[in-house]
Amino acid sequence: METKRQYEVVFIVDPTADEEVPKLTESFSQIITDQGGVVTKAETMGKRQLAYEILHHKDGTFVLLEIEGSGREIAELERRMRVNDRVLRYITVRVDEDRRRAEKLKARRARKQAKRPERHGGPSRRGPQMEFADAGE
Amino acid sequence: MSTNYEDRQRGGGGGGYDSDDDGDRRPMGGRGGGRRMHRRRVCRFCIDKVDLIDFKDVRLLQNYLPERGKILPRRISGNCATHQRMLAEAIKRARNIALLPYTTD
Repeated sequence: METKRQYEVVFIVDPTADEEVPKLTESFSQIITDQGGVVTKAETMGKRQLAYEILHHKDGTFVLLEIEGSGREIAELERRMRVNDRVLRYITVRVDEDRRRAEKLKARRARKQAKRPERHGGPSRRGPQMEFADAGE
Repeated sequence: MSTNYEDRQRGGGGGGYDSDDDGDRRPMGGRGGGRRMHRRRVCRFCIDKVDLIDFKDVRLLQNYLPERGKILPRRISGNCATHQRMLAEAIKRARNIALLPYTTD
């Protein structure tokens, strides 16, 4: 619980309010920092076509925020985005758990890779298994 | 003759559908199995050693959405269960923010 959580927030801004994007990003970042979170990355992914229409808009500007915090600031941010007409859609994804898991897998793979050459000296154990696999095919 | 017929009838009545099913399944299993054997064990993500599938990576995800926009089943793509789960999750997230379509017609 104590550890910081990491989030990725992507929101779509109304394409007719393109010039407001930096301002919006700035104000959302401000909300996060006010609530005690840290914005680790704020990136505009640019204007792109939507896969389906949202409120009769065919395209929108995508903005990505990476946030570190307790989770309370996310609630506030989402509340603000919900109220804001300029934000067509948003999604918040918690990424710290998945990233940690990915790192663990990576570490395990590295360990296995290091071990493998040593273990390969025992063909007697693998022999019958290989035969069985061949028979199965 | 009569016993033979009875036997057949019994077989046809009780296990007729069964044997029919088996008959249908086996050749298909043989044909499809052969094809599947070649395709099996080719999880692209395992080969590339992917630990995380990003929902923003539209180019990647699009490979697993056929024209209709449905998620490609893993019996066709050959993905392992873990990666298929990650992929499905990512596709669903991407759909939510209109990076990918729910349907296309």
